[in-house]
Amino acid sequence: MANDTTPILEMRGITKTFPGVKALSDVTLSVARGEVHAICGENGAGKSTLMKVLSGVYGHGTYEGDIVFEGETCKFKTTRDSEERGIVIIHQELALSPFLSIAENIFLGNERATGGVISWAQTNRQAADLLTRVGLNEQPDTKIMDIGVGKQQLVEIAKALSKKVKLLILDEPTAALNDEDSAHLLGLLRQLKAEGITSIIISHKLNEIAAIADSTTIIRDGQSIETLDMHSAEGVSEDRIIRTMVGRDLENRYPDHTPTIGEEILRIENWTVRHPNDPSRLVVDNAALDVRAGEIVGIAGLMGAGRTELAMSVFGHSYGTGITGQLYLHGKPVSIKTVSAAIENGIAYATEDRKHYGLNLIEDIKRNTTAARLTKIARLGVVNAAKEITISEQYRKDMRTKTPSVDVQVGKLSGGNQQKVVLSRWLFAEPEVLILDEPTRGIDVGAKYEIYEIINKLADSGKAVIVISSELPELLGICDRIYAMSQGRITGQLPRAEASQESLMRYMTMEKSGATR
Amino acid sequence: MSTATKSKTEGGSLAGYLGGNLKQYVMVAALIVITLWFQFDTNGLMLLPNNVVSLIQQNAYVFILTIGMVMIIVAGHIDLSVGSVVAFVGGITGLMVMQWDVPWPLAVLLAIILGGIVGAWQGFWVAYVGIPAFIVTLGGMLLFRGLAINYVGTTVGGLPSDFNALANGALPNWLGFAGNLDVVSVVIGAIAILGLLISQVRTRRELVRNDLRTEPFVAFLVKAIVGVVAIGYLTWLLANSAGGMPIVLIIVGVLVLLYSFIMNNTIFGRHIYAMGGNLPAAMLSGVKTKRVNFLLFVNMGLLAGVAAVITTARAGSAVASAGQNYELDAIAAAFIGGTAVTGGVGKVTGAIVGALIMGVLNMGLSITNVRPEWQMVIKGLVLIVAVAFDILNKRRGK
Repeated sequence: MANDTTPILEMRGITKTFPGVKALSDVTLSVARGEVHAICGENGAGKSTLMKVLSGVYGHGTYEGDIVFEGETCKFKTTRDSEERGIVIIHQELALSPFLSIAENIFLGNERATGGVISWAQTNRQAADLLTRVGLNEQPDTKIMDIGVGKQQLVEIAKALSKKVKLLILDEPTAALNDEDSAHLLGLLRQLKAEGITSIIISHKLNEIAAIADSTTIIRDGQSIETLDMHSAEGVSEDRIIRTMVGRDLENRYPDHTPTIGEEILRIENWTVRHPNDPSRLVVDNAALDVRAGEIVGIAGLMGAGRTELAMSVFGHSYGTGITGQLYLHGKPVSIKTVSAAIENGIAYATEDRKHYGLNLIEDIKRNTTAARLTKIARLGVVNAAKEITISEQYRKDMRTKTPSVDVQVGKLSGGNQQKVVLSRWLFAEPEVLILDEPTRGIDVGAKYEIYEIINKLADSGKAVIVISSELPELLGICDRIYAMSQGRITGQLPRAEASQESLMRYMTMEKSGATR
Repeated sequence: MSTATKSKTEGGSLAGYLGGNLKQYVMVAALIVITLWFQFDTNGLMLLPNNVVSLIQQNAYVFILTIGMVMIIVAGHIDLSVGSVVAFVGGITGLMVMQWDVPWPLAVLLAIILGGIVGAWQGFWVAYVGIPAFIVTLGGMLLFRGLAINYVGTTVGGLPSDFNALANGALPNWLGFAGNLDVVSVVIGAIAILGLLISQVRTRRELVRNDLRTEPFVAFLVKAIVGVVAIGYLTWLLANSAGGMPIVLIIVGVLVLLYSFIMNNTIFGRHIYAMGGNLPAAMLSGVKTKRVNFLLFVNMGLLAGVAAVITTARAGSAVASAGQNYELDAIAAAFIGGTAVTGGVGKVTGAIVGALIMGVLNMGLSITNVRPEWQMVIKGLVLIVAVAFDILNKRRGK
């Protein structure tokens, strides 16, 4: 089948723009019939966007370029249109309803019914057949919430099969799976391939790709760089893929900075954090890390490596359960179990998700600025409104936040200016350690430079700064030392001088031994 | 005023300003229109001095309860139990005075404390156990009604007249009369007008000094004039009424000022808005959300205690069936007054305007002999239209 010369899918010249950002630029993708085609790239390279264009999440007309499926140009308006042609996407965040049964989920929106009345016999019998096909040994009437995430993944695939899938797209299917479930899933993909189903798999796990993919397309900065034949005579090394993934020019996008590094401020040892819903999963696994006054320390890692979880668990246990390990401030062991205690002890965490976890979008700038440390401008619980205005006005000027006044609703600001409000808030809290999670996400280049300058100024004022970022050049551009995380573990640390995108990526993709068979 | 040069700020133009504050103005305008309509329709009966006094006295419980309710709703909760709590606490108050020989001033204090304890009970379940407030207070609605019926049983009547005066009485005419006008009322009215003007001017000056967005001068002027005229007219009516200044208006006035201050100027108030606006963000800013939730319900209980005292005093007796549907009055007032269904937005003064709209409707419809069943239909529709207006207005703004 793989020798069939006409590709099942061709995407030509796909360009997709979001307000202010070009997410995809002239991307070409050609998938042969019956193959497993891997797509690789850094976080934010445009992989998921490309798949959303393909599956109709971004409908025809919102992008430029052509999608040719089975020799026919397709204009999908919705995911329903693409599913009718046999293209099914399984997102990273599984779309199953936890309180419904396996069978109900499989046929959700596609019910086995006559005249609106569901035939339960048919539903359950057909579901049972599908479960056998994907090798899931569960009863069709078991509730989704009662099975693990690995089995849920299989239910998603069964659901795709029920729709007569021809092209199956899996976005990071093994990111949340343990080794055994991952191995089973990969086995299933091979079996589906034998049945003639083509799949596209987005994955960060290079050994996984090496094990299963027939060809691999690498996407970088919204462009398709090249497609590698994984069965070529000379073979494809992981290094080869890594180099292509990160190989972009480092322009002078980062302000110069000479650090003055002082005493250690924060250190963690044996830090282990468990998943709040599934305590058997170690989200952070025995991590150790330290940061000094005046130092900017980076944490690199791919999606799901546990960076945010590590940061939030340090910030007053705001993520995770069963947290063990020791936290030291100025060399003294401390126990900080609430966010307010963390703030009082001089730890601040600026979230990666401003809109959901950072700002109160319906409030104005000044109230958002003072939110984390209202006590500083209050006496006997009464807030001094005049002081609040003066202070937030001062931060507005220092940060060069572009807004007519501090009275403006934060929801009306641009991403860069919102980020400056977040930074103002945490500066106002006067922390010693400032953890910045993706501080430049969704921000245009000019504003990024300003944020970097602010970060440098913070370090110069003696604060210890931890920067979590998915953009390696950013980490290399502003950090003095960089840790890499993979699967909850800190797999390496490099001083800036020794770090390169390739060396970091190697640590970031380092697997626990024997991950895939 | 430099409003023209500052027109880059959104509030600079009158139209832009009205757009942003449309809801508030529409509600105040609606209140005025409804009042004038009934005034016309009843040939001036509506705004007779004694009718205005009884409007205030009849609706005092709504004003008091809706203050606490706004805070609860802004934080993203609801309280369905306040009517039953009013019956329970009111009943115990009656028993304290009539059967346990507690002097009535002490009984009033104990009633408010008892309300606080009831609130702490509900707050415990909401804040520390994590049961949705809807469920906890639905349970409370049954629980406290049951307790009221059990302990109060038949009517406990014959409460002392000094106690009853809290709801029905007026301040004594210490300062005599000027013509037909009670001077005490005039003095209090004058103080209120002065206070309003001073606070308005000071707020505006503060904004100008800090180069912040101010309302257009016309709006400022109109607002001040409407405020002065309203208070002045109300003062004139009260000074002309049989008793003079109602005691309960003083109580409500003090509570409104106090709680407006709490909501606008204290850390506690800020935390309520922060939690309603974005709960995870508030948590990650170090807001002790459990404690705030707990205190919110304690506060609601305290206010329900005050409302219980007023309700009992108004009836002159404690009955187990008191406070029926009070929670719905308070919730409706809060929503009509612009409190957001999704939390995060709402003002004490807005809810008071909402309560007034409902109160004026009640009185006007009664005077014009609209049958009670049709009064219910009309009030139900008003509630839905008010919230629909709010939602549509917001959608258009996007």
